[in-house]
Amino acid sequence: MKRSLTLAGLVLAPFLLLACGDEDPESTSAGAPSDSASFPVTVGSGKNAVELESQPEQIVSLSPTATEMLFAIGAGDQVVAADQYSNYPAEAPTTDLDGFEPNVEAILGYEPDLVIASSDPGDLVASLDRVEVPTLLLPAAVTLDGTYEQIEQLGVATGHVGEAGEVVGQMRSDIESMTADLPDGAPVSYFHELDANLYTVTSSTFIGQLYEMAGMTSIADDAPDAAGDYPQVSPEYVLSSDPDLIFFADGGANGGVTTEDIAGRPGWDHLTAVQDGHVVEVDPDIASRWGPRVVDYLQVLFDARSELQPVG
Amino acid sequence: MTTPSSPPTQTEDTTPLRPVRLPWRWLVGSVGLLVTTVLIAMAVGPAGLPASAIAIEIVNYVPGIDVDGGLSELESAVLWELRAPRIVLAMLVGAMLAVAGAGYQGVFRNPLADPYLLGVAAGAGLGATLAIVNDVDQNLVPVIAFVGGTAGVAATYALGRGVGGRDTNTLILAGVAVAAFLTAVQTYVNQRNTDSLREVYGWILGRFLTAGWHDVLIVLPYIVVALAVILAHRRLLDVLSVGQNEAGSLGVPAARVRLVVVLAATLGTAAAVAVSGLIGFVGIVVPHIVRMLAGASYRVVLPLAAIVGAAFLVGADLIARTIVAPGELPVGVVTAFIGAPFFTLVLRTSGSRW
Repeated sequence: MKRSLTLAGLVLAPFLLLACGDEDPESTSAGAPSDSASFPVTVGSGKNAVELESQPEQIVSLSPTATEMLFAIGAGDQVVAADQYSNYPAEAPTTDLDGFEPNVEAILGYEPDLVIASSDPGDLVASLDRVEVPTLLLPAAVTLDGTYEQIEQLGVATGHVGEAGEVVGQMRSDIESMTADLPDGAPVSYFHELDANLYTVTSSTFIGQLYEMAGMTSIADDAPDAAGDYPQVSPEYVLSSDPDLIFFADGGANGGVTTEDIAGRPGWDHLTAVQDGHVVEVDPDIASRWGPRVVDYLQVLFDARSELQPVG
Repeated sequence: MTTPSSPPTQTEDTTPLRPVRLPWRWLVGSVGLLVTTVLIAMAVGPAGLPASAIAIEIVNYVPGIDVDGGLSELESAVLWELRAPRIVLAMLVGAMLAVAGAGYQGVFRNPLADPYLLGVAAGAGLGATLAIVNDVDQNLVPVIAFVGGTAGVAATYALGRGVGGRDTNTLILAGVAVAAFLTAVQTYVNQRNTDSLREVYGWILGRFLTAGWHDVLIVLPYIVVALAVILAHRRLLDVLSVGQNEAGSLGVPAARVRLVVVLAATLGTAAAVAVSGLIGFVGIVVPHIVRMLAGASYRVVLPLAAIVGAAFLVGADLIARTIVAPGELPVGVVTAFIGAPFFTLVLRTSGSRW
C-alpha cells in the first residue's frame, strides 16, 4: 500500500491528499488485508478473464459504474483517468475519454496498467492487448448479484479485497433492512420514464428488479418480447394502465421534463398518480448504473412506496 | 354511393391539354378508404376501449343526441385527447408528404424526387439533434427543426444559384451536397453526445407519440396553405410535364411555377417533419401508386395523393402503435416495411408509366 501510494503520489498529488485523509484510517481500522492481496492474479472468467502481474497503479476507467465502484472500495487513488461520463464521486479524475467511441491512443496517453470498460466497441480489448495493456470488461449487470460480483472482482484486481467485501456486505445489509419494512399487500404498478418519447423498463431489467424488490410491477410487463426490455409505450397505454406511481429519469435543470410537464400532457391530468402527487423525479445517472449507489436508488423507491401505503 | 363514373370525354375545355377530371370512382374509393381507416384507427389501440362505447361517444357529439353508456372519464381522455389528435395529425402529415412528393416529382420531372430532396430532412434533422442534445425545452424541438429544415433548403437554393445554372439538375445536386454536409455535422454532434442518441434516433425514425391537439394546431396553418397552393397549380404542373420549352411557348411561366410549388412543398414538409420526425417513403410511394392506378395527370394525382397519403399514414400509424402493443414502433419503419413491397407489386402489375 505504502509503496503504491508513493508512486501514485508522483502523478496524482492533489487527489492523494484527499484520498489519504479519507481512506487510510478506514482501511487500517477495518484491518483490510489490502497488503495481503496477491499478485499475479487472474480476474474474471472465460474470454473476459484478465491476468494482472502486479497491483495496478495507473487505472483508466471507461465505465462510470466502474469508477463509482473503484472509489467505493478505496481504489480511487489508483485511477489516473475516467471517461467523460464518470461524474461521481466528485474527486473522480474525469477526462474527455469516451467509453462508447474509445480512442486507443488517447487511452494509452495515460500509460495505463489496467483499463476497465463496460463494453468492447471497435475491438478496444484487442487493440489494447496488442500493446500489452490488460482490459477488464465489466458489462452492465443483469442482477444485484452481478453488481456484488463486479465489486468483488474489482477488489481482487486492485488489491482491495477486504474493502470490496465490506462494501458488498454493507449493501446487502442496507437492502435487507429496507425490504424488512416493506408494506404488505399486492405489488403496486409504476411507470418509469426514461425519456419524453416514453421509453420505459420492464421488470426483467436490472432496474426493474430493484422496483420489484420495492414491491412494484412495471406497466410495461405486458409488452411482447419483440418490444425488448426497454420498450417504448404509447401515451394511450400509460393512460389506460393508470399506474400508481410515475418515476421519471429525464428531468434535470436545463429543459428537462418537470412534474408540471407530465401533468400538462394531453390526458395525463386524469391519471391517479398525477392527481395524488405520486410523480417522482429520479437521478438518471443512478438509475442507469449498477454500482454501489443502487442502495440510494432503492431508498427512493421504498420511500415512494411507503408514502403510497403507510407501513402498518 | 352509387355515383356512376363520369365519362372522361368532355369537350368544354380549350386548353391545349386533354381535359382531365378526377374520376368519381377514384374519388369515392379513396375517400371510402380514408374514412374506413380513420374509423378503425379510432376503435383500435392498446387501451382496448370497447367499440360500442366509442360509437356511443361519437354519436353523442351529434347535437340533440344524448345516449348513456359511453366511456369513463379516463377512457374518454384516451379517445379525444390522444387517439383523435394523433389520427388528425397523421392525416395532415400523410397528405402533406404525398402531395409535396408529387409536386417535387412534377417540378423536377424526376420520379425519384421526394419531399426531402432539397435538404429539408437533413436540415430539420440537424436542428432537432442540436435541440435534443442541448436539452432545449421539449416544446421547442419542432420549432427548431422547422427552422433547420427551411435553412437547409435555403442553403440548397443559394448553392444552386451560386454555381450558376437555372437547371433543375443543378438544384438537385446542390441538395445532395447540402444534405451530405448537414448529415455529417449531425453525425458528429451525435457522436459527441452519445447519451441522447436514443432520443435523436427516435425522432429520425418518425413518430406521432406526443401528438396532442397542440401539435395539430401548430402545423395546421402551414399544411393547409401549402396543400392549397400546390393543388391550385395542378393544371400548370400538367403543362410543365410536357417540357419547359413547350410550357414557355404556351405562356406558362415555368420558373415561377416551379418556385412557388417548391416553396409551398418545402414549407409544408418542414412543418410536417417538425412535429412527426422523418417519415420516409410516403412522398415517393403514394404519388407513384396513385399515378399508376389512376393516370399521370396532376389534376388526378394531386387530390388523390392527398387522400391516399392521409389514409396510408393513419393506417401505418395504427400498425405502429398496435403491433408490439403496449410497445410502439417508429411509424417510419412501418411506412417503409409495408410501402416498399406494395410499391413493387403495383409497379409489376401496372408496368411503369412514368
